[in-house]
Amino acid sequence: MTNFPVADIRADFPILAEKIRNKPLVYLDNAASCQKPNAVIDSISHLYRHDYANIHRGVHTLSVRSTDKFEAARGKVRAFINAASHKEIIFVRGATEAVNLIAQTFGRANIKAGDEIVITAMEHHSNIVPWQMLCEQTGAVLRVAPMNVQGELIYEAFEALLNDKTRLVAVVHMSNALGTINPVQNIIAAAHAKGIPVMLDGAQAIPHLAVDVQALDCDFYVFSGHKLYGPSGIGVLYGKQALLEAMPPYQGGGDMIKTVSFEKSTYAGLPHKFEAGTPNIADVVGLGAAIDYLNGIGMAAIADYEAELLAYATEQAQQINGLRIIGEAAEKGAILSFVLDRIHPHDIGTMLDSLGIAIRAGHHCAMPVMDFYQIPATARASFAMYNTKEEIDVLMAGIKGLIEAFG
Amino acid sequence: MFEDLRDLYQEVIFDHNRNPRNFRVIDNADRKVEGFNPLCGDRLTLYLKMAGDTIQDASFQGSGCAISTASVSLMTEIIKGKTEAEAEALFKTFHEMTTGKTEDIQLEAVGKLAVLAGVREYPARVKCATLAWHTLDAALKNETQAISTE
Ligand SMILES: Cc1ncc(COP(=O)(O)O)c(C=O)c1O
Repeated sequence: MTNFPVADIRADFPILAEKIRNKPLVYLDNAASCQKPNAVIDSISHLYRHDYANIHRGVHTLSVRSTDKFEAARGKVRAFINAASHKEIIFVRGATEAVNLIAQTFGRANIKAGDEIVITAMEHHSNIVPWQMLCEQTGAVLRVAPMNVQGELIYEAFEALLNDKTRLVAVVHMSNALGTINPVQNIIAAAHAKGIPVMLDGAQAIPHLAVDVQALDCDFYVFSGHKLYGPSGIGVLYGKQALLEAMPPYQGGGDMIKTVSFEKSTYAGLPHKFEAGTPNIADVVGLGAAIDYLNGIGMAAIADYEAELLAYATEQAQQINGLRIIGEAAEKGAILSFVLDRIHPHDIGTMLDSLGIAIRAGHHCAMPVMDFYQIPATARASFAMYNTKEEIDVLMAGIKGLIEAFG
Repeated sequence: MFEDLRDLYQEVIFDHNRNPRNFRVIDNADRKVEGFNPLCGDRLTLYLKMAGDTIQDASFQGSGCAISTASVSLMTEIIKGKTEAEAEALFKTFHEMTTGKTEDIQLEAVGKLAVLAGVREYPARVKCATLAWHTLDAALKNETQAISTE
């Protein structure tokens, strides 16, 4: 912990100097969205000030510059997750859109009445609802692999759900409500042994773990830029080239075609087939800048530092009477979800906010997880590489204080 | 530690949160409506026993934050003995008080409910305070479907 350059990192994030209600901001809502370093903010304004035009469609200098920056960012994403080809990197609005895209293209083409899709009990709504919509459209069936009270997938039960009707396994890599990191390597091996493709929802995992899609051998991997210190409104769908090539397009329009006539249009090759219309050019460039920034620090170093933060926070939290941690998986990312005896998470959220501490209070878009624990909501502190032990001390003092105030 | 919150979390609110009034089921209730705030998961069931157009008894069940629990607890106390029209008028006044639309709201008109006026400074918490009243509104209109703040 001593040699992780957290002070330098903090200095790169201007918002961390904000005062909230006259107190220094303690930002612990990173699982909802991360703050942005200067490198990202500046890359966007630099693009707009010096290089901006529409991409892929002009011969003029600015269009070329913009296109180069846009495609360079695609290359950065490819390298960051070690995809085999830039053709496998599709820019979308976020993890949510990526899941919907898979459901409505791969799903509509390959999943029929009676077929099954397997998810887990700890999914975010964005990896539940698109599948329910597909099931309604096709008559397919959604199967849910259960978890235990620690918030860990019951692996044998998951495996038992795989059968010759299973067409897709879609699981969260790291849970946003619990912090659980799923045994994705085993999940993928088990599914592949039965010829079933696997989609990983990497929205939470991506800022915390080094992800190598080829080593994982997952078929799809989805994530959002805004949780990776990048801009909001941009995300990534990774898919194996052969799968993407076989899938029908998602939306029709400009940029995704080869030729158009009123009789018939033909589609562009990958990745453009899935990128209809003018994309979110500036935020793609911003995402590229976020990746450069993270590479400068190193995902392994970040993971180690965050593991120390989580261990410290967990140890401190366990000493607070009346606090119960929700999500105690052995494999866990930097998320501390908790409830307090007789104090509702919303009251916790408002009271901590008055101390300058930002946490999330609610169901975290995971209502089935709340139902499982028979609680309406949790309070969740989620950590990022710019958080410190001192901030955790401020959080814990705040929690102790509000327990006292409630009496 | 929480000086800034004194207007929001008054002692009365802590008290009603710790010991909610009328926290029970009315077995032969004439009206029973569920209120739900999908943003935070708060749920409550409101029971009314009517005598003509007068609310003879009111009670609730459910779980929520201190603001919503105190709000529904205070509400069940204050509406007992009121006519439907009086309760509706109170709902309107309460709504104006908590959403801050009327600057010079007559706090005397709402009696004890004035302790909830502080929520107007906390837009994220207004619905916690108004859930009970929207549920009452539905009950008075004799709706039976669950209502939702969203
Ligand atoms: C695990 C998980 N999956 C998916 C999403 C959806 O991401 P987005 O809202 O950026 O599309 C989130 C974000 O909250 C998440 O935490």
